[in-house]
Amino acid sequence: MGRFGASFITTSTWDPVAGQFGAWPAIVGTLLTSLLALSMAVPLSLGVAIYLPEFAPGPIRRPVATVIELLAAIPSVVYGLWGIFVLIPFLTTWVYPFLEARLGFLPFFTGPVYGPSVLSASIILTVMIVPFIMSVSREVLLAVPSGQREAALALGATRWEAVSTAIVPYAKSGIIGAVILGLGRALGETMAVTMLIGNRHEVAASLFAPGYTMAAVIANEFADAAGGPIHESALILMALLLFGVTVLVNAIARLMIWRVSLGRGNT
Amino acid sequence: MSLLTTRTGIVRSLLLTFTAAATLACGSGEGKPVMLTGAGATFPYPIYSKWFDAYYKSTGNQINYQSLGSGAGVKQFSEGTVDFGATDGPMNDAEIAAVQGKVIHLPTVLGADAVTWNLPTLGKTALKFDAATLADIFLGKITKWNDPRLVALNPGVALPAIDLLVVHRSDGSGTTFIWTDYLSTVSSEWSTKVGRGKSVNWPVGLGGKGNEGVTQQIKQVAGTIGYVEMIYAISNDLPVGEIKNKSGAFVAPTLESVSAAAAGVSLPEDTDFRVSIVDAAGAGAYPVSSFTWLLVNPDLADADKAKAIKKFLSWMTGPEAAAMASELHYAPLPVSVAERVNARIATLKGAGAVLP
Repeated sequence: MGRFGASFITTSTWDPVAGQFGAWPAIVGTLLTSLLALSMAVPLSLGVAIYLPEFAPGPIRRPVATVIELLAAIPSVVYGLWGIFVLIPFLTTWVYPFLEARLGFLPFFTGPVYGPSVLSASIILTVMIVPFIMSVSREVLLAVPSGQREAALALGATRWEAVSTAIVPYAKSGIIGAVILGLGRALGETMAVTMLIGNRHEVAASLFAPGYTMAAVIANEFADAAGGPIHESALILMALLLFGVTVLVNAIARLMIWRVSLGRGNT
Repeated sequence: MSLLTTRTGIVRSLLLTFTAAATLACGSGEGKPVMLTGAGATFPYPIYSKWFDAYYKSTGNQINYQSLGSGAGVKQFSEGTVDFGATDGPMNDAEIAAVQGKVIHLPTVLGADAVTWNLPTLGKTALKFDAATLADIFLGKITKWNDPRLVALNPGVALPAIDLLVVHRSDGSGTTFIWTDYLSTVSSEWSTKVGRGKSVNWPVGLGGKGNEGVTQQIKQVAGTIGYVEMIYAISNDLPVGEIKNKSGAFVAPTLESVSAAAAGVSLPEDTDFRVSIVDAAGAGAYPVSSFTWLLVNPDLADADKAKAIKKFLSWMTGPEAAAMASELHYAPLPVSVAERVNARIATLKGAGAVLP
């Protein structure tokens, strides 16, 4: 590890032939895809989690929840294949040209559209973590005592006011826990991301450009670590870094829960 | 009824075992079947498993092969956890020194990389490339399909004026080794900037995982170009490029042209078979070809195992095994090379003594 030093984290060249290893693009890629996925998955899954028990008509509550939970049981390689054959063709024909035309003034939506890209990987991650966040937060919301809801309604609140002022705040720490679970899954996801991210050691401003994640680098190169022992050490150091990043992100999240529960007093 | 079938099955398998044992006893004067383990390259796995199966059926000796990748093959062989290894890229001098030189590289079949692309307006028209153009494409210097050099190589083909996008393998692989070995051999710029290896620092392009990943990305985006294992390209009916070889002929990748690349190789008397056959001379030689090797210990401590390996290897260089290889689209070794390999197999020892 001493051989690599800090440059392992800060540099961007990954050249197994010359024995030069810089993990910066992979670190950025890991955080970027996970956070993007989270930012898309959280509103979606919370929306579903709140809608289903509170607003949805009775007969569809159970089936819809079950179907979404089923998504969690699909192996990630299947997600990857689905991404290659269905999602990417769909995105490149419909979504990306639209984004480029409407939001092309932003640096995130410029450059050639290859298909496999940071954005494609983030979207598949979103689909993969929605069931986790949705089902846990739904359980948490269901566990809110009905007195809480009834009290709010009795005070003349509309149903939405009851949800937003009485129920969600009560379940807040549980919901954050669900989000962290999703984040953990997103950070460590390997196969589907490898298949969709384009696997390029490069940090690009555009989300249409290919990138890399730490888990994907390890999965791709470990079996054939051709640069000999140095290459292998670099990959193992990468794994340690990934662990470090995961611990760090989780610690920050725990801190957030702690502060939330502190702010609410000892309820 | 089912009991009866089961019983017949048992009787039959007992009979089979007995016959196998009897054949073996007659054949080698030994009684006990041997279990061998091997690990390594994934590219030759289909033909290896077919060979091992045929070998098992005729001798009762079982060979358990794990296709983990060339890197793992070299590693496990060096650590002595398997009886033999397999690799698409030969061990380097440092790796050989690490096992005190106790390794023999034996070529088994030939592999090759094919150039493939996606140009919807041209369909499956075969395109022609030469070494300098390919190097410049993969160095990122040629970025349009209607580049004057590509147009000059393909007179009469209406190359579209669209962007040229490179797709390469993202996972470490022997296919990449052959490709970068070729580019390093023909282009000094590639050799100094990138070099050869199973994973390299690609100047341009995006990575697909496995032959299928590269193919998928090529199929989905117009204007892409990439390299895949030849057998994969043939069996998936992809367009493949003709590449100009050393003697100036444009050659398409076929079993014959790949074998021709190996036939032209001159092996010194004391060769260790660690030779590259990219950019081979010879009129019909396909330039992006390579051997794939088995790694064998020249003097195994276990004489029974050594005997079983030797027996397999001798059979492997024969016509029957070569026919099986052609059936699966693997280019077999040309006779001249097979004879040299056979001579080397004859020197294998077991427990210190030369084997019969």
